[in-house]
Amino acid sequence: MPDFSILTDHWDTYIEGFLTTIKASLLALVLSFILGTIIAVMRIAPIAPLRWLGTLFVEFFRNIPLVLILFFCYFALPEVGLPLDGFQAGTIALTIYTASFIAEAIRAGIMAVNTGQMEAGRSSGLTYIQTMRYIILPQAIKIVIPPLGNQFINLVKNTSVLGIVAGLDLMYFGDSISSETYDVFNVYIFVAAFYLVLTVPLSLFVGFLERRLAVTS
Amino acid sequence: MKQKKPWIFILLAVLVLSMLAACGNDKTSGSGEDTLAAIKKRGKLVVGVKYDTRLFGYKDPGSGKVEGFDIDIAKALAKKIFKDENKIELKEVTSKTRVPMLKNGDIDAIVATMTITKERKKEVNFSDVYFEAGQSLLVKKGSSIKNVNSLAGKKVLAVKGSTSVKNIKKAAPKAQVLEFENYTEAFTALKAGKGDALTTDNSILYGMMEENPKYEMAGDKFTDEPYGIAMIKDDTKFTDYVNSFLKELKDSGEYEKIKKKWIKQQ
Repeated sequence: MPDFSILTDHWDTYIEGFLTTIKASLLALVLSFILGTIIAVMRIAPIAPLRWLGTLFVEFFRNIPLVLILFFCYFALPEVGLPLDGFQAGTIALTIYTASFIAEAIRAGIMAVNTGQMEAGRSSGLTYIQTMRYIILPQAIKIVIPPLGNQFINLVKNTSVLGIVAGLDLMYFGDSISSETYDVFNVYIFVAAFYLVLTVPLSLFVGFLERRLAVTS
Repeated sequence: MKQKKPWIFILLAVLVLSMLAACGNDKTSGSGEDTLAAIKKRGKLVVGVKYDTRLFGYKDPGSGKVEGFDIDIAKALAKKIFKDENKIELKEVTSKTRVPMLKNGDIDAIVATMTITKERKKEVNFSDVYFEAGQSLLVKKGSSIKNVNSLAGKKVLAVKGSTSVKNIKKAAPKAQVLEFENYTEAFTALKAGKGDALTTDNSILYGMMEENPKYEMAGDKFTDEPYGIAMIKDDTKFTDYVNSFLKELKDSGEYEKIKKKWIKQQ
């Protein structure tokens, strides 16, 4: 069994990291959802340059490692006068990275809504943006709940990259406790437990939403 | 039926985790075996060294060769065992990974700027001291930081898993310490203005100054950091062997040659 004295001796440190992880997760979750939705709408916009921009964003950020985006935010942005600390750089990197996946999920959802809906919206006098906002997106979101849920679970786990740039998250303090106690296994077992405390309920919640929405539609 | 499902999952998760925990505890039982015999049987010595520490263990990005003071010491040990300094395999370690790797049996010995401490002696066997280093501060030239006493409220950068973190927290309790994965990242963070000073052993700071002359040492060393070669716990036979090797190296004058080759400022 894991050695629980590690957990009780370093409780405050674990909690400090845990709270930072929650904070980074929540911030990146909201921001990446907004950014991802905007990018998704851009990718199917009737204006070609917007589509190109959206595609460029998705294909670039989805296809490079998250750690690289993080290093760019942390080490390169100060060179152009944007000094970010580990937490800020980490949250921004996570937002950009996750947004590229969310954009793809939402785009797929929008494509799955019958094209007749857009035509009907437009012919009843709504603008393109209005049809998107009031007719298409509400239906698309329902379709994309399962893939979005997966992205958000990944997001929570991916916050662990903050530890690399002294972001003071759960992983960072895990490393710190482990080097203080020379114990690797027990320390990280509790780190894993803290991540599970976040991700398992999230996972169950996504499952619940899925069932709820299946009933209403 | 549907409501029961989450509990099964949580139960499974706990079960798997505790099973993993049990495996983890078993591994160290391999300590105390005869390292030297294992090395001879294998036909090569496997040593954990740093790849990111100039002058001690550094992988030259141009040539791809790993070079430094620690590497030469490790090669001399291979020469003593096999009469051939090339019968050696170097594995990259960091301050964070070296002890776990030694315990897992991935490496026979650690020659990686590792300070001998009381706590570490509980985990590994150390050889006699092979290098006397001391912790100091690296700052940008013209910085207001003159020594370890002027660090209150400043951000100090350090590397995870190293003794320097504990030392700086003791020597400058009012400073904020930020820990990074390795020296390259810590130094890059210093250059990017993420902190006011970088702290680690002077031996490593010399290498950083050589690479970038815009930085200088602030104040004298404020700790003694005797470096030792770490080996698996309780294998006294191998530890004695390495100690007699170090003594021979020093007596023959070979040690001074290696030291002069790498450490020019003293």
